[in-house]
Amino acid sequence: MTRLVLEGLRRTYGPTVAVDRVDLEVAQGELVALLGPSGCGKTTTLRMVAGFVAPTAGRILIGGKDVTSAPPYGRDTGMVFQGYALFPHMTVAENVGFGLEMRRVGRAERDTRIAEALRLVRLDGYGERRITQMSGGQQQRVALARALVVNPGVFLLDEPLSNLDARLRAEVRVEIRALQQRLGLTTLFVTHDQEEALTMADRMVVMDHGRVRQIGPPEELYERPADLFVAGFLGRCNTFRGRVESPGTFRAGAIALPCDGGTPGITSAMVVRPERVAIDRTTGRLPGRIAMVTYLGGLTDWHVQTDAGTVLVTRPTPTDGDALRHLAPGDPVHLDWSPAAGRLLPDENPTDPTTGVSA
Amino acid sequence: MGRENNPCATVPETAPWGMATIRAIIWRGGVGAVFAVVLLPMLAVMWLSFFDQEVISFPPEGYTWAWYVNAWEKRQFARGFVNSLQLALLASAIGVTLGTAAAYALVRAKFPAKSFIGTLLLGPLAVPGVVLGTALYVFFVEFDNAFDFQIVATLPGLIAAHVLLTVPWTVRLVAASLQGIGPAAEEAAANLGARPWTVFRRVTLPMMRSGVVAGALFSFIQSFENLELTLLLVGPGRSTLPVEMLNYLEFRIDPTLAAVATIQIVIIGALMLITDRFVNLSRVVS
Repeated sequence: MTRLVLEGLRRTYGPTVAVDRVDLEVAQGELVALLGPSGCGKTTTLRMVAGFVAPTAGRILIGGKDVTSAPPYGRDTGMVFQGYALFPHMTVAENVGFGLEMRRVGRAERDTRIAEALRLVRLDGYGERRITQMSGGQQQRVALARALVVNPGVFLLDEPLSNLDARLRAEVRVEIRALQQRLGLTTLFVTHDQEEALTMADRMVVMDHGRVRQIGPPEELYERPADLFVAGFLGRCNTFRGRVESPGTFRAGAIALPCDGGTPGITSAMVVRPERVAIDRTTGRLPGRIAMVTYLGGLTDWHVQTDAGTVLVTRPTPTDGDALRHLAPGDPVHLDWSPAAGRLLPDENPTDPTTGVSA
Repeated sequence: MGRENNPCATVPETAPWGMATIRAIIWRGGVGAVFAVVLLPMLAVMWLSFFDQEVISFPPEGYTWAWYVNAWEKRQFARGFVNSLQLALLASAIGVTLGTAAAYALVRAKFPAKSFIGTLLLGPLAVPGVVLGTALYVFFVEFDNAFDFQIVATLPGLIAAHVLLTVPWTVRLVAASLQGIGPAAEEAAANLGARPWTVFRRVTLPMMRSGVVAGALFSFIQSFENLELTLLLVGPGRSTLPVEMLNYLEFRIDPTLAAVATIQIVIIGALMLITDRFVNLSRVVS
């Protein structure tokens, strides 16, 4: 059983706080994604777990053992680096076997395990190749094999997909997740790509300015974000600012909008996901005019100018014969949503009365 | 140079004297001129070494191997060559070891006054050899007086002086190649269980090999052909090849020196060609 525990982890660089009071538990076999904009402290957190950055305060436990001050080579972690960090002067097999060699595994067993690891990442037969002869996707898989072959207690991934093209990225994403689940690896995964985190993680940690904003399963973070930052960072949302008039009614300026419960009189923000907004030519509580139509293939985005600001609506592209099929800028439409779709959140910037779309 | 691998030679057959052709001619001419300026002095020396006359005049009266025979028979050149070789090998070995360690610290470690120390290590490149030699001579004499320990005109003293020539080259070339490889591979090795010394030996050193080899080569050449610094510090009976050549020049001007220089050019040229087989020199130096 290898559990990873971070307790009150903190790292400062002079006056700058890179990571502040991060508490996290990663259970055996769980994949936790650290997600956030660049500079949010996610990579520093990962590097503290690997031992490349010493924490200013806090503790790191791997399998119950305190490794806070252990050197990188004394920790039971296997890491996949952003640029793969393969050894260019060694063959594929020598790269994969390096960790085993350091652990003084005998030649025969080493060869067996190298072959096994290469088979695991579908690179059997490539052992004698040089790193420079491998494509980006293959190098990525060598890096995976090199980290996995030593059976690490904790598997660390630092933006492992960012150097791959979009199609390959989707493929490798599924592969890594399948491997991780099959081997039951306790995994910490750093990414700035929300889609990557949503599709791969058992739980996600959204970070900003060194702090953890919210921890939870993907559905929870997407559907019940704790604050405006999480709501805006994960997916797109429409944000309205105003106050709760009565339970279920939110007032933004002169407009009354449906919301999910709420205590009357409270100033707050309300967020509505664009796919939860209904659009119709004739009926709906919020009238407006089409400002822009963006055809995305299966989906269509409509930007609608209303008295409560510009509202983004995303829906499956209407089929021929649908009244919405040929909506054009300037056309009048009506928007509406169920009260449950209007999530109330604390307004972090109450002096700013603007409403509108945030991507 | 074949027509097919010249990017400028995309001239339509119907217009043999179009702008592209003229541009190609100017381009080739320019490149040729640069090569000529670099190569002509060396070729001239090689040519002179075969002139069959003591006082050089053009055109030559004939050609002979006699100057090579003379260079061989004047034992001071052979002695000087052995001395130079010994000095250059030792000074390079010490300089490359120290310079590599220094470059590693400068690129990877964090410590106060880092950029100052970096500049200081390149300093000897900026000081003229005669100034450096004079300063070292005075310093060595003072050292002798203060500690009653002979260092002026000894081989260790000369080696120490030459290390000043070899360190800057190594620091510069090794630091450049280290900057190119970044710390990620070293971190990966540490993550896989390698201790610091193992990381250096198994990952860092092989990855910066081309920088170290180039540093060693340039150090060797610098030390081997140095005259100004050596002249002031060399002891009796330990003259290096350049010093012996200067001594010879004081009494005679004949193509013997051209013959010696030709041998030196051939040796250093061969050294560079061999090195280029192992590391891509042009990549490291540029």
